[in-house]
This record gives sequence, structure tokens and C-alpha cells, in this order.
Amino acid sequence: MIANASLHAWFAIFGVAALAVMGEVLTAGAMRRIGDLDDIRAVSGLPGAIKAVLSSPMFVIGALAMALNFFMMLYALSLADVSLVAPATASLTYIGNAIAAKLFLRENVDRRRWLAAVFVVIGVALLAH
Amino acid sequence: MNKHTLTPGRYLVLLCVMLTASVGDTFLSHGMSQVGKVDMHHLGLLFVALKNVWVISGIVLLIGFFASYLSALSWADLTFVMPATAFGYVIVALLSRFWLHEHLSIWRCLGIGMIVCAVGFVANGPSRTEHSLEVMDSGVGR
Repeated sequence: MIANASLHAWFAIFGVAALAVMGEVLTAGAMRRIGDLDDIRAVSGLPGAIKAVLSSPMFVIGALAMALNFFMMLYALSLADVSLVAPATASLTYIGNAIAAKLFLRENVDRRRWLAAVFVVIGVALLAH
Repeated sequence: MNKHTLTPGRYLVLLCVMLTASVGDTFLSHGMSQVGKVDMHHLGLLFVALKNVWVISGIVLLIGFFASYLSALSWADLTFVMPATAFGYVIVALLSRFWLHEHLSIWRCLGIGMIVCAVGFVANGPSRTEHSLEVMDSGVGR
């Protein structure tokens, strides 16, 4: 299936994944700093929760990366089937997130989660077969 | 406090994350198939796509996804929330096969199966990593 998929499609897929990792790690870091939105909403209401999120520079940069990711996703979907693009980008994003979460967010990415990443890599290879 | 224990409401948020992302992606795909192939010389078509009803519907669903995703990230690890969304690919595969009539080979089915297995590995772990800094933060905040 790799032979059939164009180079442009795979370039777009990797671009989507890279932007998604950047956006999601920055967003997750921002949300961790902001705290539980349920608690904030209980005290300040929905406007307070929205204000807390939107006033975070880390969130804004992450959201910008996600916006770019969205347009790159549209580009990728115009080049390849959704049943390839959606799982492939998400799988690559998942691996990137596991690495980035370990390095930057200091999440406990234990052996079980790394094993899951290996399964995802195999899954992506099968998707591209 | 057991951070792994999630309330029914939080499971509902994870369900929203899963469904809105997968159905939204499928709507976008359907819309982009109507808009046509976008290449480097016709990037303006991406903005034309924003007038397509399926693309608009996909965007609305993805906004719902983003809201529920942010909510989930405020009480769970990124590496916990991300795999939870992977179950959506089964839905995407079924929608793309039976609604969009795309070809779904046995290899892609196996690939999706592997990803779902990967989700199973992490699903039983704790939802949140405890940090000493986080303990300090919570102490200050409360």
C-alpha cells in the first residue's frame, strides 16, 4: 500500500502528527498548570473557566499549532483515504506524545505505555501495508 | 486520593472525546471528497472547503471535541487521554467502509486491531501522574 500512497500524502501525514504533538503537549501542559476545570467552573462558572484557559500563553501557542494541524489535516484528507489518514496521523501523534509527555510533561510513561507505543508502530505499519 | 477513579461524568467526557473526533474526521473527509483534490498550486481550495456543509459540520463536532478534550486534560495525563480517543478509529473505519464506501483491507483492519490492543495496555493504568510540584500547587491553591 506504501507504493500506492503518494509521497505528498505521507509528507502531509507526518506534518499533521508533528503539529499535533506540539499542540497537544503545549495544551496539556497549560491545562495541568491551570488545574481542574470542573473546580474552576464550580467557583467561577463557565466564563471563568473559559477565561482561565484563554489567558494562558502556553495554551494559545498550543491552539495555534492545532489550528495549523487542522489545515494540514484537510490537505492530507484530500490526498488519501480517511481510513489511512486518521489512524496513521493519530498513531504517529500517539508515539510522539508518549515521548514528549515523558520528556516535557514528566508523565509516568511506564513499560506498559512504551509497549503500547510499539503496538501502535506495528499498527501503523499494517495500516500502510 | 486515588486519581485513577473517574466519575461517570468524566467517563462521559471521554466518550464525547472519542465520538466527536471520529465522526468529525469522517464528516471532514466526506466534505473534502466533494471539494476535490487540493495541491500546492491550489491551496485556496482549503478556504473554499470552509463553505461546504459537511466540512462545517465536521468543524462543529471538532469544536465539541476540543472542549471535552481540554476538560479531560485538566484532570488526566495526556498519555491517558490520548489512547482513550483511539477507540474512535474503529468507528472511523466502520463509517469509512459503510458510509464513504472506502476500501478497508485486511491489513488496515489488523492495524486498527493493534492500535486498539495498545489502548488496552494503558487503559488500566492511573489517569494522572502525581508530581511533587503538583502537590505544592494544590496546597497553595487550597
